[in-house]
Amino acid sequence: MGIDTPTSDGNTASRNEWPLWEIFIRGQHGLNHRHVGSLHAPDAEMAIKNARDVYTRRNEGVSIWAVEAQHIAASSPSDKGPLFEPAQSKVYRHPTFYDIPDEAGHM
Amino acid sequence: MYAQMVKSTGQGVKDPSEMTDQERAFQERIDRGDRIEPKDWMPEHYRKTLIRQIGQHAHSEIVGQLPEGNWITRAPTLERKAILLAKVQDEAGHGLYLYCAAETLGVSRDQLTEDLLSGKMKYSSIFNYPTLNWADMGAVGWLVDGAAIMNQVPLQRTSYGPYARAMVRICKEESFHQRQGYDIMMKMAKGTPAQKNMAQDALNRTWFPALMMFGPSDAESVHSAQSMAWKIKMNSNDELRQKFVNETVPQAEFLGLTVPDPDCKWNEEKGGYDFSEPDWSEFFDVIKGNGPCNTERLAARNKAWDDGKWVRDGLMAHAEKKEARRVAAE
Ligand SMILES: [Fe+2]
Ligand SMILES: [Fe+2]
Repeated sequence: MGIDTPTSDGNTASRNEWPLWEIFIRGQHGLNHRHVGSLHAPDAEMAIKNARDVYTRRNEGVSIWAVEAQHIAASSPSDKGPLFEPAQSKVYRHPTFYDIPDEAGHM
Repeated sequence: MYAQMVKSTGQGVKDPSEMTDQERAFQERIDRGDRIEPKDWMPEHYRKTLIRQIGQHAHSEIVGQLPEGNWITRAPTLERKAILLAKVQDEAGHGLYLYCAAETLGVSRDQLTEDLLSGKMKYSSIFNYPTLNWADMGAVGWLVDGAAIMNQVPLQRTSYGPYARAMVRICKEESFHQRQGYDIMMKMAKGTPAQKNMAQDALNRTWFPALMMFGPSDAESVHSAQSMAWKIKMNSNDELRQKFVNETVPQAEFLGLTVPDPDCKWNEEKGGYDFSEPDWSEFFDVIKGNGPCNTERLAARNKAWDDGKWVRDGLMAHAEKKEARRVAAE
């Protein structure tokens, strides 16, 4: 079950399938690693090799992370409201909340 | 298209008054343009229809490697060979992106593979036609990938997040496919008379099967209406086919080639070309398994799966052994 895999009963993955890996790639420009998708591989080494072929055929990355999907903890969508609610009322955390007169110069 | 005649499993679009609260909230999210993510609640019919559609799309990418793979060893130059190899490798990648998207709906990769190999799940009718000579590599890239693009570009806005994201990746790569095909056609159409004849012949054979890719008219289909309400289908089959013809006919003219349809002509009033329908009885026959290459294609996929078993098992055994050794050393 990956981070993108629902906990629905429809799953038939009971056979000897290679485990699922979630792949994260750092692009050219020093940005964070970003989730790009998943793939199946027998182990971490093969996951990285496969990720190179599946997700970086056009120079999309300079670094690859592979994490076995079962090790990723994810927030549940039904928590979405309560989990993120505290951030919603705190407008004063944004610079635009403050009115600084033009005379004070660029800030 | 790459997913043809996908039947939604429901009875067609429900009136909001017949929906449960959950279903209504779901439809409202879609109408608002929200993306549905794997762990969100979704109607069972939505989930099942998407598994069929994405699965069929994935299978088409994978089986679609075969007609072009057929010419890799016989490409006329080393450069053409490298290009074709890269194109076919992309198609393998497209299949993998899509299988991943389907898996987020709770179906396993092996299940999808088995359903392809047993013939239970379909792939696009187009890949059951043979590629007889090098000009077909031009016609396939230009017309088959061209038709696929028509369908895939709007699907980047489809309601299911993982599917939409897979489409974004795919579309980025697809335009190279069409252009390399057209490049082959240009070379041949401007070559010797014999080469030009080959290009015309490839166009003649590929034209109607390419039009069939969009599927028969679905203006009346309740399944399509449901899929459009769910935004897992963005345009009607006729709409996309018309768009494809409008774009392709001038491209054929530029090559100095003729679309094999005497009734194909510009209609000023509708601002598009009139054209003949393909032979839909042929289409249904191919879908049923009676196309020129159905047996060969499925046999090739089955052989690849069977021949690869020792590799899959061996790598798994190796990974398990390594893991056991690592645990023992700790
Ligand atoms: Fe593709
Ligand atoms: Fe393609």
